Amino acid sequence: MKFVQSAMLGLGAVLLAGAVQAQEITGAGATFPFPIYSKWAEAYKEVSGVGMNYQSIGSSGGLKQIRAKTVTFGATDAPVGGADLDKDAMIQFPAIIGGTVPVINLAGFKPGELRVTGPVLAEMFMGKISKWNDPKFAALNPGKNLPDETITIVHRADGSGTTFNWTDYLSAVSKDWADTVGKGAAVKWPAPTSVGGKGNEGVAANVNRIKGALGYVEYAYVKKNKMNFMQVQNANGKYVSPDDLTFAAAAAGADWFSVPGMGVSMVNAKGDTSWPISTASFIVMFKSPTDKAASDAALKFFDWSFKNGKKMAAELDYVPLPDALTDQIRSKVWTQIQK
Amino acid sequence: MHTTFPTETHPMTTSISKINFDAVGRRQRFQDAIFHRLTQVFSLLVLLALVGIIISLLINAWPTFQKFGFKFIWYVEWDIINEEFGAAIAIVGTLASAGIAMLFAVPLAFGIAVFLTETCPVWLRRPLGTAIELLAAVPSIIYGMFGLFVFAPLFADYIQMPLRDLMAGMPIIGTLFSGAVNGMGILAAGVVLAFMVLPFVAAVMRDVFEITPSILRESAYGLGCTTWEVVRKIVLPYTQKGVIGGVMLGLGRALGETMAVTFVIGNANRMPTSLFSPGTSIASTLANEFGEAADLHISSLFALGFMLFIITFVVLAFAKMMINRAEKAKGF
Repeated sequence: MKFVQSAMLGLGAVLLAGAVQAQEITGAGATFPFPIYSKWAEAYKEVSGVGMNYQSIGSSGGLKQIRAKTVTFGATDAPVGGADLDKDAMIQFPAIIGGTVPVINLAGFKPGELRVTGPVLAEMFMGKISKWNDPKFAALNPGKNLPDETITIVHRADGSGTTFNWTDYLSAVSKDWADTVGKGAAVKWPAPTSVGGKGNEGVAANVNRIKGALGYVEYAYVKKNKMNFMQVQNANGKYVSPDDLTFAAAAAGADWFSVPGMGVSMVNAKGDTSWPISTASFIVMFKSPTDKAASDAALKFFDWSFKNGKKMAAELDYVPLPDALTDQIRSKVWTQIQK
Repeated sequence: MHTTFPTETHPMTTSISKINFDAVGRRQRFQDAIFHRLTQVFSLLVLLALVGIIISLLINAWPTFQKFGFKFIWYVEWDIINEEFGAAIAIVGTLASAGIAMLFAVPLAFGIAVFLTETCPVWLRRPLGTAIELLAAVPSIIYGMFGLFVFAPLFADYIQMPLRDLMAGMPIIGTLFSGAVNGMGILAAGVVLAFMVLPFVAAVMRDVFEITPSILRESAYGLGCTTWEVVRKIVLPYTQKGVIGGVMLGLGRALGETMAVTFVIGNANRMPTSLFSPGTSIASTLANEFGEAADLHISSLFALGFMLFIITFVVLAFAKMMINRAEKAKGF
């Protein structure tokens, strides 16, 4: 009898856990915003008791999951086009902003001491500029003693939103790059010296190890690994360093509602202090969700995070969305979702 | 819960005479049949899984095979944006890195096994043998990290650099050892793989060398054979099958190894032009690209997986053939 009782208790506990789980918000997608989403989720659970289960399976995986309706929201680094959103009756909004940074391994230079323009970066990544003392690069850095070293390009070996952001930028500043390589989560890297690293940490490790390396990583990894980076010329012709202020400036300059689904590319944003390789990470949800309660819970979570998650974002070197923008998201985008 | 048995009933003699031998025989045959069927089902499960894997790989890879046909095998291209896919780069990377690994690992493993079974002092045998078995148990990601952070920098400075300078002038060999010196590439991946498969091959070789009957060995020594002659003429012929099996086990692991290779091969989707060139293997491409793949890209990754399956199958079939031929030659 005792056994039966405890078995029934156990069964009850499982059922109860199931009932609690039903309140859990599920999402899947981009790896780039994973640290901040999970941090928000942790804090939100403490105040509301509602958990959020986010699987960072990659942007395209996240879109697959939301289309299959296995999750309440999908997250993607590359915005979904307006026509595709309409086809599936989905809405899209940005949730967090970050930036990608060109990092180098050249002895004798301080972080941010060397400067580069978009077109020169593109030529380096195409292998057309193969030495650090190339006249085109030297012209941007007068008076600097540049070494006669081969540039080894380090890129992401896995598909990633960081690569999308980077190639989106190179395509914006170089017609040659746009025509021959293009933009995507993974591309065919043209430089004959290029090697791939797995994940941001893999690229960071390779750049720090290979003399004369040039790669790109998410901003948080620059800080964490104390990497040497270059200043980049923005659309207004000014040289800027990557930090939360220049990312925010790029976000402020963007005209979010100019594109259906808010899928604005923030690369090469206007403004004197804008970091040119900034990016937003997007959330995709259904307009008329099958599970309306879950969808509502997800919106509540983002609402809370937009209000209370700014400090957490800054701690992780992301840039939270400005209040003016989140107000517009609430009034123009979330209202499209049936409750 | 103690039950007391009644002691006065069932004397031994009556119970023996009452046994119905037919019934027992039937029951035993029945049990045997069940056992036979059960184990048969188990082993058929393996076959079923194998066929299932092949079929599911084929179905998922079908769009790619439909678009590129057999050309997929030798097409030198991997362009995700323009959806042009070929397996040649990954196949070359896989075969080259595994080949290099075997080139280093097999002679070394052979030496280790001979030392352990023939000339090693008895007190050293156990610690050394255990060390090899422990090495085989190290997870492959550890080899990958070791390869990237410890081995690659040393490899670049002390092996690649001198090799490149030494070979620079030579016609064909020179190009083989040319290219950027950054510690990553086909050769580096091959060497790290060699480290990984070495303990497997060595452990199997040691085990099979040990089963050579001591009477054969001792007779040979008695006739005045040197240690090398005993190994060459007695041990090797006797254990040939096991040795080839061990080598194939290592080769199978080298072909399919993922994490360690991903760390050091360089992950470049270009045809390698020298031993120092970064390249990619089938397994490392799958590990890298599955996360963000879609449409034709994902079916091409399945097609790559299918190719790996075929390659492994061909290698194993070839090994089996070699064993069979060797046995026939010996007249077993």
